[in-house]
Amino acid sequence: MEQKTSAPSGHANGSADPSAPAQSGVGTTGHSWDGIEELNNPLPRWWLWTFYACIVWAVGYWFVYPAIPLVSSYTKGFLGWQSRAQIEVDMAELKAMRSGMTTKIEATELADIEKNPELLSFARAQGSAAFAVNCAPCHGAGAQGFKGYPNLNDDDWIWGGKAEDILTTIKHGVRWEQDSNTRSGVMPSFGRDGILNRKEIATVADYVLSLSGLAVDKGADLAAGKTLYAANCAACHGDAGAGNQEMGAPNLSDKVWLYGSDKAAIMERITLGGGGVMPAWSNRLDAATMKSLAVYVHTLGGGK
Amino acid sequence: MSDTHTTSGGKTSVWTKHQVFEKNSIFLLIGILVMISIGGLVEIVPLFYLKSTIEKVEGVRPLTPLELAGRNIYVREGCYNCHSQMIRPLRDEVERYGHYSLAAESMYDHPFQWGSKRTGPDIARVGGKYSDDWHRDHLRNPRSVVPASIMPSYPWLETTALDTSHIDMDMRVLAIEGVPYTKEMIESAASDVKTQGAAEDSLTAPFLKRYPKAITRESGGVQGRLTEADALIAYLQQLGTQVDFKLYDDKANIR
Repeated sequence: MEQKTSAPSGHANGSADPSAPAQSGVGTTGHSWDGIEELNNPLPRWWLWTFYACIVWAVGYWFVYPAIPLVSSYTKGFLGWQSRAQIEVDMAELKAMRSGMTTKIEATELADIEKNPELLSFARAQGSAAFAVNCAPCHGAGAQGFKGYPNLNDDDWIWGGKAEDILTTIKHGVRWEQDSNTRSGVMPSFGRDGILNRKEIATVADYVLSLSGLAVDKGADLAAGKTLYAANCAACHGDAGAGNQEMGAPNLSDKVWLYGSDKAAIMERITLGGGGVMPAWSNRLDAATMKSLAVYVHTLGGGK
Repeated sequence: MSDTHTTSGGKTSVWTKHQVFEKNSIFLLIGILVMISIGGLVEIVPLFYLKSTIEKVEGVRPLTPLELAGRNIYVREGCYNCHSQMIRPLRDEVERYGHYSLAAESMYDHPFQWGSKRTGPDIARVGGKYSDDWHRDHLRNPRSVVPASIMPSYPWLETTALDTSHIDMDMRVLAIEGVPYTKEMIESAASDVKTQGAAEDSLTAPFLKRYPKAITRESGGVQGRLTEADALIAYLQQLGTQVDFKLYDDKANIR
């Protein structure tokens, strides 16, 4: 209020001559809202020229890159640049960059890769990267595994722990029906399909516990369990429970348990049967990557 | 510049005419709508008529009824808020996720699930990357298999029976939108759900004729009924698997 009344040339009524300098020395735009007026300061030069430059740049873009849709096509631009052509170039560059090592990996036997320090170090690096993206979600970032997903650090192997075995498992998966060479071998559902009743399952579970020296319930009938085991389990898991890697039948006489070592967990597995599933990777990964993965997993600590 | 804005002396210029928009909000609103429409028309409409928008590829089929039911759950649970289904043609993305996404791969998606944000990874090619059991464990509690995961748990999916009572209506609507669902497909929707989810051998052949290369599986479910998790897993397991990139010609579709 004070300012308005003291301002020169009657700004208060909003009909001031816009060209006349207000207190600031700058003219107004002539806009007036409830007596509040708008100074007509010019835009900063640096801003204005940057703005014009952007417009020119944008017009340049129209001519240089694909831009304007037409009736049956679109303007392709002077450079002829295409994102899908660019990715081909990028991937080819990447392949060329790696080919020095990957062709050697492809041409070398797994055992020889591990003997050659240069190849081993490359394979382990490539394997480690591929493992993090593709394998860690099931087997864990440290390959430590989870319930139902094997630990790859230990020396207990369901389908074989030689590098070649590991490579076969990676290529074709486990019980992966879309791959005709997949590792197969399914444990019957002894409980669900009524092959054994609940009491028999409990009895044989006690015997399985005893195979690896785990504590057994008091009064467990191990003799009856042994008979049931011999009739139902020994064909795959072996008389002493040593397992059979040809069929993916785990070793029952060691201390490594995929689904848990308590009686309830063992009874659940006997009841449901089946087995874990691993995808086949041969459609997703190239030969060198799969070999590197096999070397990486084999050299984690438990490789045979 | 100052004189072009003035109203003094009865001078008229382009700038003074612009005052019509500045002083009347309804004109300003209409003006904005017109300008935005032009932008939209120029950017979007050509995609409908330019033949090069959608690549010619083999193998892309409409979703099976079970997969479609899974897709509805995917949308319902808002999976698209954290997962994209769009692998861009950039080296790091192709390295991590596989071949970049093609327009043809989502041509039957209404609405598409490209997403725009990756709190979780892209899942355009998650199909066949993990086992069904892994998806089951992971949906129940992601931390059980990925300790550092921040994805919420969806434990109700595997205990909720799948509602397929309106799946044929969904297909009918999609057919109107241009998805090639035939009358036969729509009529056999309910039985196809069971065929795919329970792997009923006697019905598998005609089912696979309708939906080539679809994967049938013994889903188990709850008390003999398929669950929402079964449908969602069927949907996830086909993502990005329909085009065989060993046969696909990249060069033919550079544009």
